[in-house]
Amino acid sequence: MNIALTHLQRLEAESIHIFREVAAAFSKPVMLYSVGKDSSVLMHLAMKAFYPAKPPFPFLHVDTTWKFREMITFRDQMAQKLGFDLLVHVNEDGVRDNINPFDHGSNTHTHVMKTVALRQALDKYGFDAAFGGARRDEEKSRAKERIFSFRNAQHAWDPKNQRPEMWKIFNTRIAAGESIRVFPLSNWTELDIWQYILQENIPIVPLYFAKERPVVERDGMLILKDDERMQLRPGETVENRLVRFRTLGCYPLTGAIESDADTLEAIVGEMLTARTSERQGRLIDRDEAGSMEKKKREGYF
Amino acid sequence: MRHILAKSLAPTDSIREYMAAQEKKSLLRFLTCGSVDDGKSTLIGRLLSDTKQIFEDQLAALERDSRKHGTTGDDIDFALLVDGLEAEREQGITIDVAYRFFATPKRKFIVADTPGHEQYTRNMATGASTADLAIVLIDARQGVLRQTRRHSIIASLLGIRHIVLAVNKIDLVGFDHGVFDRIVEDYRQFSQELGFQTVMPIPMSARYGDNVTGRSDKTKWYSGPTLIEHLENVSVDEAAAELPFRFPVQYVNRPNLDFRGFAGTIASGTVAQGDEVVVAKSGKSSRVRRIVAHGGDLSQAVAGQAITLVLDDEVEVSRGNMLVSPAARPQVADQFAANIVWFDEHALLPGRSYILRTETDQTSATVTDLKYRVNVNDFAHEAAKSLEMNEVGICNISTRSPIAFDTFGENRTTGAFILIDRITNATVGAGMILHSLRRAENIHWQSLDVGKHGRSDLKNQRPAVFWFTGLSGSGKSTIANLFEKKLFASGRHTYILDGDNVRHGLNRDLGFTDADRVENIRRVAEVARLMADAGLIVIVSFISPFSAERRMARELMADGEFIEVFVDTPFEECARRDPKGLYARALNGEIKNFTGVDSPYEAPEKPEIHLETLGKSAEEMVEALELWLNERDIAEDQYDNGGGI
Repeated sequence: MNIALTHLQRLEAESIHIFREVAAAFSKPVMLYSVGKDSSVLMHLAMKAFYPAKPPFPFLHVDTTWKFREMITFRDQMAQKLGFDLLVHVNEDGVRDNINPFDHGSNTHTHVMKTVALRQALDKYGFDAAFGGARRDEEKSRAKERIFSFRNAQHAWDPKNQRPEMWKIFNTRIAAGESIRVFPLSNWTELDIWQYILQENIPIVPLYFAKERPVVERDGMLILKDDERMQLRPGETVENRLVRFRTLGCYPLTGAIESDADTLEAIVGEMLTARTSERQGRLIDRDEAGSMEKKKREGYF
Repeated sequence: MRHILAKSLAPTDSIREYMAAQEKKSLLRFLTCGSVDDGKSTLIGRLLSDTKQIFEDQLAALERDSRKHGTTGDDIDFALLVDGLEAEREQGITIDVAYRFFATPKRKFIVADTPGHEQYTRNMATGASTADLAIVLIDARQGVLRQTRRHSIIASLLGIRHIVLAVNKIDLVGFDHGVFDRIVEDYRQFSQELGFQTVMPIPMSARYGDNVTGRSDKTKWYSGPTLIEHLENVSVDEAAAELPFRFPVQYVNRPNLDFRGFAGTIASGTVAQGDEVVVAKSGKSSRVRRIVAHGGDLSQAVAGQAITLVLDDEVEVSRGNMLVSPAARPQVADQFAANIVWFDEHALLPGRSYILRTETDQTSATVTDLKYRVNVNDFAHEAAKSLEMNEVGICNISTRSPIAFDTFGENRTTGAFILIDRITNATVGAGMILHSLRRAENIHWQSLDVGKHGRSDLKNQRPAVFWFTGLSGSGKSTIANLFEKKLFASGRHTYILDGDNVRHGLNRDLGFTDADRVENIRRVAEVARLMADAGLIVIVSFISPFSAERRMARELMADGEFIEVFVDTPFEECARRDPKGLYARALNGEIKNFTGVDSPYEAPEKPEIHLETLGKSAEEMVEALELWLNERDIAEDQYDNGGGI
């Protein structure tokens, strides 16, 4: 019998353990489903953790109304195929005020349509635990966060006063109104994610694969013109270029990379020679120093 | 430097080969620890940088940050790479543990960069609990410090058996061999008792990279490995697979009537289809019918795997129980001795009730005896009445219900627990079980034929514990006394437990420290419970300042039997009345630990009865109590037709 578990087997087991712990200890968990590659892995692990049953919690997508259209199509296909309970929440106040990344900037847009929207959804349904796909290798403040990360009744994170987290013994106790954010992929790296997607043949949004797409060069990033809401500035032109995405968010805030990687193997190959981090393609992280920590303290995932 | 470039590979096949090679790599989890400013974060920055784990955009951000917050002049300040919180960058210190990831062609690594400040010891312990090796950094100019010792002791207690003694900043002592040898000797002397299997001393400069990934030409006297060579080759195999089978049941999976699976992670050993397993707490045995996994059943599974077991028989198993090997069973007991590391600013108090959690089980627990505290400097065993934050001690623990466990020495997974504060839900301590206490096995509950209901029915009443809490001089005793007179006159059987009176007898050995106050309440609560069991209406009149103890008392009684009565008189009014002249003396500093003056009173949040005494007479208060009692008895009579049970 092969005693030594592989690296991915160990990561998988740890994540499954975390899923089951939440299902056993909380009364109303939810999985935040952002439709990206990490969410795809998270969903796959959730299906494994409770097999032959379905995951005993719903999946929630906070839709900013500015996601890539292909993400929405993919989301609905997956919900139908796997038969999970999909909740979609939009901040209707933000829609009414026409909050958008072009006129209000990425900061305000993200705060209203993502952070506030998420808090609204959590309060509306009364969820006491929420799974997210964040990894510690993504960003410096995430590297500091616990797997079971406590939130007060205002959904705020207090990074200077986190609960100790010993072994695999998780403190799941909270008072009414408080909640826990849970990160089953904490110890996975970007490379682990791709290797696992390859190994398990996990479906992902086609935007991760290289294809000729209409893009505009803006502020040093290649922005996909995903629909007619994107207005060109003077001097800008739409060109068809061979591009793909390393990370997915709101289309006006997510930069594409020039690439011809159109298979999973080619993506992994490209990753091995990458010289920039994946979050470089995220405009929102660059707004100001410590911006991720600030957003997280306010309730962002 | 160590990266395989994809460009040198033909696309698909080579990537698959590369991935297969990646998969065979083992994983080492380690932490860096030691005193403040010994260079822990700098060392990790150096490791990440030298193993090419820092991307261009991260390097650019680091250069910007170094100019803004850096402490290394014009050079890049690598510490800023791991100190990810704003407060950390502003203060130039590490507050919480950061996890970073890197790989070499031989191994994958998860490193926990932990804080050196004593006040953040709990975060160091968090990083250590999942590590197999600790790099203990020492500033060559400072030598072995108090925090070096504390972190080494905690690493040892948490089961770490491999140490790298990184004698850092060797450049600042002129790469001196003698300094290095003296520090190594100091550390060896000190750490002899800590049970480490390997201690590897390496002279290094994290800032300049000497002996980190490349051999230094300035320490020719050193012939050992570089840090990275050692990390790649050290063997830390725990061999959990070879220990007896332990499967803590985490989740019972019951999607429909035809399927009942026990989900969990194998803590140790192996299991195969057809194996006999025993339910640890009941001793019932069964066989493994299926090992269920997504994508097809497994024939066998091994420590570390998260699986779902289906058994042959309908045995009673729920979360918190354990499926184990019939040949080597764990202990099942409600009393045991353990090492405790305390994390909370409120000290551990013997007698106080905490929530105890193992990986999947949960019960309430009290420390019955704090045997001693360990002095982190010289390992001396010191008598102590409480454990303060960051202290380490050995305790006897008593749990409300038995738990299944191994000793921590035998099994790092089934021998560990955490303690949680009942009120704040904070994780206040970590425990490593040493052994069970024999007395737990030999004293069994004697079952008696005459029950509580029989005794109280004979008295024509329902038992109750009226728990009066409030400041000294709030009027507890006056109201309690009048209340008992009224009850007595109406033919009820009562007894008053008064704080002052009990301290003359049962509790004459206790003082007024927090630890003694907790024990004071514990004893009185137990006496009140016996009296309620005897069928009495008990009136307890105690300041009982801490909500944790009042909650403990409540949980001792049957549902509805504990009635918390908050005698609410403002501090100023109590001090003005001062019936015993105590406030005047306490405010003068003549009496220490006086509730409301220099010892806290935690007011009840949801008492059953709230008596606001200002401007009211004792008679009015007692009327409110009588009304409450009558309403309860009428309500209960409606549900209970006199059957008694």
